[in-house]
Amino acid sequence: MKEFKVQPIRNGTVIDHIDSGKALDVLKILNIDETVKSTVSVIMHVQSAKNEYKDIVKVEDKELNPKQLQKIALIAPHATINIIRDYEVVKKSAVKAPERVVGIVRCANPNCITNARTELDTYEPVEPEFIVESVNPLKLRCVYCDRELDDPEKHLI
Amino acid sequence: MDMLDMKGRDVVSIGDFTVDEINGILDLAQDMVPIAKGERKSNLLDGKILAAFFFEPSTRTKLSFESAMLRLGGSVLGFANPKGTSATKGETLADTIRMAESYSDVIVLRHPREGAARLAAKFSEKPVINAGDGAGQHPTQTLLDLFTIRSEKGKIGGLNINLVGDLKYGRTVHSLAHALAMFGADLSFTAPPELQMPEHVIKDVRSYGIEPHIYTSLDESVHDSDVLYVTRIQKERFPDMAEYEKVAGAYRVDLELLEKAKSDVIIMHPLPRVTEIAPEVDETRNAKYFVQAFNGVPVRMALLSLVLGVSE
Repeated sequence: MKEFKVQPIRNGTVIDHIDSGKALDVLKILNIDETVKSTVSVIMHVQSAKNEYKDIVKVEDKELNPKQLQKIALIAPHATINIIRDYEVVKKSAVKAPERVVGIVRCANPNCITNARTELDTYEPVEPEFIVESVNPLKLRCVYCDRELDDPEKHLI
Repeated sequence: MDMLDMKGRDVVSIGDFTVDEINGILDLAQDMVPIAKGERKSNLLDGKILAAFFFEPSTRTKLSFESAMLRLGGSVLGFANPKGTSATKGETLADTIRMAESYSDVIVLRHPREGAARLAAKFSEKPVINAGDGAGQHPTQTLLDLFTIRSEKGKIGGLNINLVGDLKYGRTVHSLAHALAMFGADLSFTAPPELQMPEHVIKDVRSYGIEPHIYTSLDESVHDSDVLYVTRIQKERFPDMAEYEKVAGAYRVDLELLEKAKSDVIIMHPLPRVTEIAPEVDETRNAKYFVQAFNGVPVRMALLSLVLGVSE
């Protein structure tokens, strides 16, 4: 098989080992849409060294904030984050699903207090908070209403 | 005498307590019975104020909390209906609770949304007692149920406890099943298939090494029961009235059914009951649902004095 090559980036972030098919969700998490002003490469369904399929996202001139990292850890628990400066990988790290997830996912229970709106349409002054019960498959439990959330990727804030 | 230190503790979910802690609460509740009956006077909570904030009506729970506080010499303020409160002006629950804690020593909250009590506890330095949050938790009901079983039968573990009726939507039976499993009770769940205990509760019960017996008929399950815990099957669950009547009739406790039961079975019900227990059963020595309703008072007295850190 011919070796697979994508043009390296000068400065920015390479998110590798994204679970196959999840690259588009990663773009959403990074708020990348039609207004994008930097170069973004999306590589989907390529074989990794371990002969498993994966996606890769490369973004020029962008580093991820902690909330974005947490979200990626939830939807792509095997992802690695490579920070590139001057074509060199200066930092490589695996994402790590946190024990608690705060302010990045909404509770799926419509009757949960964290989804309540007051008469003036404001929420209660708390961020939705979950305990990570299992990573694979991903299961979160709402700290407030105690309900289990099976499909957190559908409820990202 | 009081080994249990719960000063300042919130009572949000029965799952927050260990078996030892629950036994400690029930022991103290036992001591409170003469005061709850008005046979002995107490000024234990003299000068303390309970804020009872009921965003949803609940006669029994509210009155028994008030009775508990008044019997111990404390005072009560609050509301039984959110109409006319600042919630209708757009105030968040968090702000309402911060206001409540500045006027009182302990807050009792009933709210239509799940998780409301946990949120309130987060915003209040004063202890918060959950008096029911939507379809979520109602820990003081569970405690008074446990108290009733223990005081009538002398123990909880090892008894065959048969939960009957609407096990799917009935909030009280989920927390009760959890607590009974913690105590090592032998559990039976008797319900029509469409109202049977949810899978997550069965899984939870199994995690304590208890394999519940599942029945669809009370005739089949009644023989071995030490406790029949009956709940109301609500008409609203059935689109067809004829179907409702058929189902409700099959889970009705009457004298004929009692003939098949152990002579010392006790019958419990969180009340209000409608037709699921025949009035003729009220006169039997098996009927304990009115005692159970009374037990709400000593149990809530015990909790109030524990979280306020006041003991005799």
